[in-house]
Amino acid sequence: MSEKPENAPEHCPGTESQDAGKANACAGCPNQQICASGEAKGKDPGIELVKQRLVDVKNKLMILSGKGGVGKSSLTNLISRTFAHVNVNQNFGVLDIDICGPSQPRMFGVLGEQVHQSGSGWSPVFIEENLSLMSIGFLLDSPDDAIIWRGPKKNGMIRQFLSEVNWESLDYLIIDSPPGTSDEHLSVSTYISSCDGKFGAVLISTPQEVSLLDVRKQISFCKKMNIPIIGVIENMSTFICPKCTTESKIFPNNSKDVNSTEQMCKDMDVNFLGQIPLDPRLTRCCDEGKNFIIEHEDSPTVIVLKEIVAKIDKYFNA
Amino acid sequence: MLEHVKHVILVLSGKGGVGKSTVSSQLALTLKENGFKVGLLDIDLCGPSIPYLLNLEGKDVHQSTEGWVPIYTDSSKSLAVMSIGFLLKSRNDAVIWRGPKKTAMIKQFLTDVHWEDLDYLIIDTPPGTSDEHITVMECMREVKCDGAIIVTTPQEVALEDVRKEVTFCKKTNIPIIGIVENMSGFVCPNCRECTNIFSSGGGKALAELVKSQLLGTLPIDPRVGVLAGTGRAVIKEIPDCTTALVFKEIVEQIVKK
Repeated sequence: MSEKPENAPEHCPGTESQDAGKANACAGCPNQQICASGEAKGKDPGIELVKQRLVDVKNKLMILSGKGGVGKSSLTNLISRTFAHVNVNQNFGVLDIDICGPSQPRMFGVLGEQVHQSGSGWSPVFIEENLSLMSIGFLLDSPDDAIIWRGPKKNGMIRQFLSEVNWESLDYLIIDSPPGTSDEHLSVSTYISSCDGKFGAVLISTPQEVSLLDVRKQISFCKKMNIPIIGVIENMSTFICPKCTTESKIFPNNSKDVNSTEQMCKDMDVNFLGQIPLDPRLTRCCDEGKNFIIEHEDSPTVIVLKEIVAKIDKYFNA
Repeated sequence: MLEHVKHVILVLSGKGGVGKSTVSSQLALTLKENGFKVGLLDIDLCGPSIPYLLNLEGKDVHQSTEGWVPIYTDSSKSLAVMSIGFLLKSRNDAVIWRGPKKTAMIKQFLTDVHWEDLDYLIIDTPPGTSDEHITVMECMREVKCDGAIIVTTPQEVALEDVRKEVTFCKKTNIPIIGIVENMSGFVCPNCRECTNIFSSGGGKALAELVKSQLLGTLPIDPRVGVLAGTGRAVIKEIPDCTTALVFKEIVEQIVKK
């Protein structure tokens, strides 16, 4: 799936780009009209394949953040575990599209598992009876293996994940993404938005301005791509010392706003879903692949998570 | 390409949010304080942090006959900065580009910026091992690159991604200068109890695993966090804190090479 024809001009924006047919480089290109009409975009046969494959997947939830290391994967993990724990009669699938840095196999405690291929496609790895996972991490031989791929190869892999994994019927497909607003995000949102059923994104930030800066960009991205934003979660908000219970703002925001993320949500006109405190036990659970929801049921994090999950559920069932 | 640059150092990490941009900017500021002429190139196109961290948001890049003129942090002109952030109309604007466009932009950054004479050029990168990294590594074949500083946080989840970056460096023959462990522990301002929020010892373990040296271990220090956005050097503002001492040491090691 080349997005740039071989005879394209040097600075071709790519047939799937928003600028296709409209960029300076397109002047004089024989394909300019086709690109400008948007016809070239619709040619991807993957869209129909994905649509067919995900026909029994009711809701699609994307976890996004422009910023890296804010807890996209941890929260994908916690949200899906909370969902599966609270709604035992529903089925949940997690798809990890972070091709260069997949974290879900470790966080779910299934590092080193293999995916099997059958006539009906790839079988995801089951974590619980009602929770399954697919990640590129399952396809690597060693934890040191690096996926050194440019965009088109990553896009091909994402298409394969969406069109060839046999999820069976799911109430929710929860998609964990890498940071940024580039190939992975464009591909997955193009495929998912053409599917039937409901679709929305939850954005993750931490309190510092350097994180909010990238999250604002992600909000602009979602608005441009018509991805409905369910809301923003602030992660790593405060830290409570386990010895003296003093609360500290470890990642301070220099502005005067008491709650920087909530203020950003107001400014950008999106919902604020809640704050999740820092808990060293959570880092340990993620590293060891344990289920935090069950191991530390009394933690304030679990209580907030349940509230957030209820809000997400409400969005999809409204 | 980069004819007038004596040393090129990459700041890498497979993982996002571990402090690549903070390390890059403080490294550049520390080198500057030591009297060197420094350039800082931010090739994180989707999430450029350097303009904000160095308090340079809203500055415009100008074109001269010799190329793009970088932004200087002060009138001494000893720290020059280039980032896509300077080319965006609004700080909320998203750069929604696929690989080929990102590649073209980075090549332009490496060839068209008029850095003048530099002792050190620090290149800050986005997380991952994809287009941006492949492009910069390809370009580094034509330039003498001193190597890469790898930034990590202590927990396994981060180390897993960082190990992939080390593999990437080995495959592309980029020497690893050393590893910096960030966010190592948090000392409660009330009771001085140190909690390893993100686990501990990961940087040391990684250095042993990949046979590289641990350049230093940076604690979580909200006083340093507050300096983000001011463009001030930790070694000048809080000279006695651990972070300042670690940066001093890293620079000593780099200069020795």
